[in-house]
Amino acid sequence: MINVIWVALFVIGMVYAAFHGTMNSVNQAVFQSASDAVAICIGLISVLIFWLGLMKIAEKSGLLEKLSRLFKPVMRLLFPEVPADHPAMGYILSNTIANLFGLGNAATPMGIKAMKELKKLNGGSTKPSRSMITLLALNTSGLTLVPATVIAIRMKYGSASPTDIVGPTLLATLCTTLSAILIDRFFYHRRKRRERK
Amino acid sequence: MASVTALSIWLIPSLIGMILLYGTFKRIPSYEAFVEGGKEGFSLAVSIMPFLVGMLTAIAVFRSSGAMDALIRSIGPLLSAIGMPPEVVPLAILRPISGTGALGLMSDLIKTYGPDSFIGRLASVMQGSTDTTFYVVTVYFGAVGVQKIGDALKVGLLADAIGVICSVLIVTLVFGK
Repeated sequence: MINVIWVALFVIGMVYAAFHGTMNSVNQAVFQSASDAVAICIGLISVLIFWLGLMKIAEKSGLLEKLSRLFKPVMRLLFPEVPADHPAMGYILSNTIANLFGLGNAATPMGIKAMKELKKLNGGSTKPSRSMITLLALNTSGLTLVPATVIAIRMKYGSASPTDIVGPTLLATLCTTLSAILIDRFFYHRRKRRERK
Repeated sequence: MASVTALSIWLIPSLIGMILLYGTFKRIPSYEAFVEGGKEGFSLAVSIMPFLVGMLTAIAVFRSSGAMDALIRSIGPLLSAIGMPPEVVPLAILRPISGTGALGLMSDLIKTYGPDSFIGRLASVMQGSTDTTFYVVTVYFGAVGVQKIGDALKVGLLADAIGVICSVLIVTLVFGK
C-alpha cells in the first residue's frame, strides 16, 4: 500500500502542476524537501546517540526492567505478545513516558529502539508484528500531557490564558489514543480472520 | 504555567541523574555502557535518511503543485457539514501529513483569529492532540527496515480522523461557539 501512496503523491502532484502552471514550485520543493529531510536526520543524530547511550545504562542496571514491572498490568493488556520482562517492554514504556511529558527528542530514540527489540521478537521479519503496529498507533496518536509548543505559540500571540487548552487537548488526545488502540485491535482481528480463510 | 515550565525544565536533568546514580549504585561501568549504546545512534539516524527523503519529497511535490489545496477544497464542505469551521479544515487535513506545515498553519490561524477565539482554540487543540502520522510511520518503520507498512498507516489515519471530530466536539462543549 505504501508504494501506491508514495507514487500517487508524486504523480498526482506532477500532473496537477502540469495543468496549473506550478511546475516551477514543484522543482524547488523536491530539492528543498530532500535537504530538509537530511537536516532532520542530522539533527536526530545527537539525540539518538545521547538517549540511546543513557538508556543502555538504564537497561544494564535493570532500571528498565523495574519500570516495566511497575506498569505490567497495563502493558500486558496492550502488548500481549511481549514477555513482561523483555527489554522491549522497558523501551516501550520509556517511549510512552517521554511522549507523555512532551520530550519529543527522547521519545523518538526510545521508540526506535523499542521497534528494534520488537523486530527481534518477531524473528527479524520485514512484516510488522501486532505489537509493532500497536506501538506505532500509540505514537501517531500523540499522547501528551502538556502540549508545550502550542502553549508557547499561544503566549506569543497574547492569549489571555495560554494554558486553558491543556484540559481539552488531553481529552482529545485520549480520544485519539483510545480509538487508535481500538482500531488497531479491529485490524488485528481482521488480519487473523483472513489468515484463517 | 510557571509550575508547568519548571516541571519540564527539571524533568530531563532529574531523569539523567536518576539513571546515572542507579547505574553507579548497581556497579555498572556507566561511561562504557553509554558509549556502547550511543554507537547505535549514529547508524540509526543514517538508516532513516532514505526513508525520510523519499517521503518528504513526495509530500512536498503534492503540496507545492497545489494538489493539496485542491484536495482541501473538495473535502472542505464535507468537514464543515459536521460543524467544523471551514478555516480549520486545511489544518485537519495537513496535520497527519506534515508536522512543520501544520505548525505553520496553526500559528497563522492563531495570529489571524486570536488565540482565545473559537478557531484559535480549536486549532490549538487539534495541533496538540495528535502527531504527524506519516512522519512517525516513516521514521519508526524505516529505522528497523519494515517494508509492509500495511495496516499501520490505516490505523494512524483513521485515529487522526476520529481525533479531529473529538477536538471539534470537545472545544465546542468546553468553550462554546
